[in-house]
This record gives sequence, C-alpha cells and structure tokens, in this order.
Amino acid sequence: MGEHDQDVSRPDGEPERSRAPYRVIGTPAPAEERTLLGTATADAPPPPAPRELPAEPADLAAAKRAERIIAALFILSALAGIGFIAAYVGLEVQTNLVAVLRSNLALGISMSVAFLALAAGGVLWVRTVMPDVELTEERKPLRSPEDARQQFAETFRESTEASGFVKRPLLRRTLILASLPLLAAPVVLLRDLGPLPGTKLRHTVWRKGLRLTIAGSNAPIRPADFDSPGGMITVIPEGYANDDDAIAKAAVIIIKFEPGQLAYPTNLNWTVDNIVAYSKICTHVGCPVALYEQTTHHILCPCHQSTFDAPRGAQVLFGPATRPLPQLPMGTDSEGYLVALSDFKVPVGPAFWERG
Amino acid sequence: MRRRPIAGYAVVLLGLIGIGGTYAALTAHGSPASAAAPAANPQQIAQGRTLFVQNCSSCHGLMAQGTATGPSLIGVGGAAVYFQVSTGRMPAKELEAEMARKPPVFNEQQTRAIAAYIQALGGGPPIPSAAQVSTAGADPGLGQELFTENCSQCHNFVGAGGALTQGKYAPALTASTPTQIYTAMQTGPEAMPVFNDGTITPSQKRDIIAYITQTRTEPNPGGFSLGRIGPVTEGLVGWIGGLGAIILAAMWITAKRRAHR
Repeated sequence: MGEHDQDVSRPDGEPERSRAPYRVIGTPAPAEERTLLGTATADAPPPPAPRELPAEPADLAAAKRAERIIAALFILSALAGIGFIAAYVGLEVQTNLVAVLRSNLALGISMSVAFLALAAGGVLWVRTVMPDVELTEERKPLRSPEDARQQFAETFRESTEASGFVKRPLLRRTLILASLPLLAAPVVLLRDLGPLPGTKLRHTVWRKGLRLTIAGSNAPIRPADFDSPGGMITVIPEGYANDDDAIAKAAVIIIKFEPGQLAYPTNLNWTVDNIVAYSKICTHVGCPVALYEQTTHHILCPCHQSTFDAPRGAQVLFGPATRPLPQLPMGTDSEGYLVALSDFKVPVGPAFWERG
Repeated sequence: MRRRPIAGYAVVLLGLIGIGGTYAALTAHGSPASAAAPAANPQQIAQGRTLFVQNCSSCHGLMAQGTATGPSLIGVGGAAVYFQVSTGRMPAKELEAEMARKPPVFNEQQTRAIAAYIQALGGGPPIPSAAQVSTAGADPGLGQELFTENCSQCHNFVGAGGALTQGKYAPALTASTPTQIYTAMQTGPEAMPVFNDGTITPSQKRDIIAYITQTRTEPNPGGFSLGRIGPVTEGLVGWIGGLGAIILAAMWITAKRRAHR
C-alpha cells in the first residue's frame, strides 16, 4: 500500500468525500469556502456540513433588480414566440422570391429572439437569484443487496425448470431453428442494394462517329470554327444534352494550340488541326477540371489544385491526381465536323476498385 | 492569478472585429465607368499613334513590334487594346503574375484612339459596337448554361472571381462593363482562353453578358452576399461568428460570479 492509497479511503472505510477537480478554462476556480461539504484531506477529514440552502439570496436588492430583468426577458421571449406564429401564419410566401426572403427573415429573427431571451433569462436566474452553493452527493452502490440477488437467482432457476427449456430439447432446438432464418433475412435483403457496377466505370457514351457539340448551345463544331489558338470550350456528345448520367462521365474539353505546340505523349493521331480533346473529369476525385490557362497551358482542377500539362498529354504537373486526363480519339466526319473516333481508351475519372 | 472577467470577452471581441475589418478591406473595390463608341478616322489613328509612342512603346516597341518585355501588338486588334486599357491593366505598373484591374489612365476617347491605331496595323477583332454588346432581348438562361460550362470554373458561378496557379487569378466580373466582358471573351487576355465567334457566337456572348449583369441585381437569400464566393466566406463566418458567439455564451454561463462577500 503506497501513500496514494491512503488518500483514497479513510480508516473507517468510508471513501473520501470530495477532491478538488481540475480547473477547466472558463469555469470558476474550485473554491473551498463555497462548498458546504468542505474539502477532504488525508490527515484531517472535515465533519460533514449540514445540507442547508440559504432561504434568501445574499443581496436582496440585487436579486430584486435581476428578477425584473429576467421577467422582462421571459416576456420578450413570449412576445417573440407569438411573433413567430404570427409571421408563419401572416406572411405570404407563394408570390415571389423576395416574399420568401422576407418570411425567412421574420421567422429566423423571431425564433432567435425567443430562444435567446429564454436562455439569457435562465442563465441570469441561476447567476443572480439562485443560491451560490455546490453540493456533493455520493453515488449509491450499483450492486443489489445480497438477499435480492439470491432471490433472483432462485426465481430464475425455478422458472427454467418449470418451463421445460432444459428438460425438453425438441422445443429448445426448434425454437433456435425458428430464429435462424429471421437472422439471415437482413443479409439477403442487403443484396438488393443494387447490382455491382460491372464494366460501367470503364466506358462512356462516346463511340465512333459521334459528334462533339458545344455544351449549352449543342452546336456541332468544325475545326475552322474553333480556329483561335488559346481557345478552349466544353463539349458533350451529340444527343446527350439532357442525359446527366452520360455527361457526368463523357464531358470533354477541347483546346486549340499553335502549330507545333502539341508534343509527346499527346497522341497526335487523335488531334485535328492542333485541337486536342481531354476528359473534363479530374482523375483525382472527379471534379470538372477546366481552369485552362492559355499562357502556361496548364489545366487546373479547382478542388485540390491538380495541374495537368495540356500540350503534353495532360500529364500531372502538380497535385494529388495520379494519372493524366484521358485523351479522346478525335477526327472529322464527311461533313467536316469534329467526331469521336472511339470511346476513351482508358477509364475516365478517379481511380476505382479493380481499375488495375 | 486573477483576471477581470471582462478581459476574456474583450479579447474575443477584438479578434472578431479584426477579422471583419480585414475582410472588409480586402473585398473593397471601385467601379470605373464606360461610354459610347465613336467611329475611327485618320486623326484618331494619328492621336492613337502619338499616345502609343508616348506610353506603350517602351515595352511594345515603337512600331508595336514587341520587345523582350512586351509582346507584339500587330494583329491583336482594337478589342484587346480596349480591354487592357479601359480596365486600367495597361499601361502596366510592373510585370506581375496577373495584371490587376485599376482606375484607367486614359479616358474613353483616348482608349479608342490607341485601339484605332493598333487596329490600323492590321487584323484582329475590332471593338464591338454598342448594339453588339446590348443585352436587350438576350437570353440569360442560355447565358447561364454557357457561363456555367466554360467560365464559372475560374470566375465563380456569379462572377466573383477565383485563384489560379502561381499568383495568377481570375478577376471578379462585378465591375466589368458589357464591352469589357465581350472583348475579354474575344481576345483571351492573360491566362484566359479565347472564346471566338465560331464557338460562342456573338449572340451567345450577349446572353452571357446578360447573365453576368443580371446576377449582380439578384437578392442574397441569406441577407449578406459575403463576397458571393460560396463556402469559403460562409464557412469562415460560420466558424468565427457562430463559434465565437457560442464561446462567448459559454464563457458567460460559466463565468465566476461576483462573490457576495
């Protein structure tokens, strides 16, 4: 037994009544004179103080003043609550956006005032009117009395025998059997969360001959229309303007370069008149990546600053992306419009399980 | 150690005021104006050449042929000159990662004179006429679609601007005039890509201008715009303002009460 053990329990077996807690920032320091029960020390345990609360606050005049303020706050809270109901019933929200804004403002302010005034009144009540004493109450032992424990054990044993749960194994085993399918059922239900994605993540709707159209105006593009070096535009596959699921994977940016700027590892066979097409989906976590700087030829992703080198196959220059933006094989059709030569040759977007 | 209870509140309040003041100072901006378009003539070109030689030739060369510090301006067209000079980006004070918008050095007439001189050197898009940038009858809905697809990634959904790489940034469009927006799309100043008339037609450019100018007058549902740059300022206000208020309330609830002794 060390010194610390002696601190914990006193010779008469009673646990120590109170120990000074750690100071928490923002809370009052533990003050001995404010505890009715006092603070225990190892050598001189204090006598238990009588549990008496003062009938009146120390400063009657201050308490009277505070009482009026608290009552005013509670009345304010009541009025604000009535105001909330009135605003909810009375303010029109069907007409236009400004009416909705006005209604939201009235509801928000009245509800805030109602709760804040209520809370402020409560805190003031505690701080000014209620007595400023701290009481300590020991926890009762969790263990039941010995006779109650024995009685329970006896009852349990008796009922086990009387029910026949032990004596009749057929009943016991069929009961367990009946519970097994019910336990297994949720596992089967989980299967209906949906089929596995299969190869969907590896393909987009791009296919041979599908035209590139400008997102928004849905106009097909001839290389001659897109003839300003430094130009960039977002394109989507023709006919999929209203198919968000398809565009989510198939969005593409095309960039026009000066002759000679495009270089390895860009696949020059997939470019037309120094126009190159890259997936708009960042290979990190799939943000739309289209912050193209025509001075540095960097494509920047706004989410995590992955930077891709546009004239050199959109290789990663910086940031958390691990793979270049996939390049869309691009050519022209018989009418001279830009078309895809095939789907992307690698999966677009972020890496996924089993991408390899 | 004893401290006055008021000191804690004062520190938190001072911090909040400091952050608010810094934010207000950082987001303040002016708004230059613009005017109508007079036609080009030999006198105007001569005046433009004089202004160019006096103010621009040290970097761009006496014949606008370009030097080591400034690019050639032959063939860039009057639209590029109008954008750079009317937004105060040119003449540049110094070479920075990004030329900041500032009060223009030249007035509208002088700007158009320089533009006419550069235009006369040959090629490039001219300054659009007032009718070309008019938003009357334009479709802000299509403008929003095009803006969202091609502009918002840099300039933010309502044109509040945003950061690019290595000190460059996409400026806010809050003070841009329709002609400035039009010429920026045509010429692709600095890091901005070119959006030529083949891909974004002149009519669609007007739609985009209509969207940008219309968003400026939209109400802010929260009561404050907070710069309209989305989660950054909203989060900042939530953390500093909301959390600060909660901390103040917690300090008040648990503060040591004045002793009755």
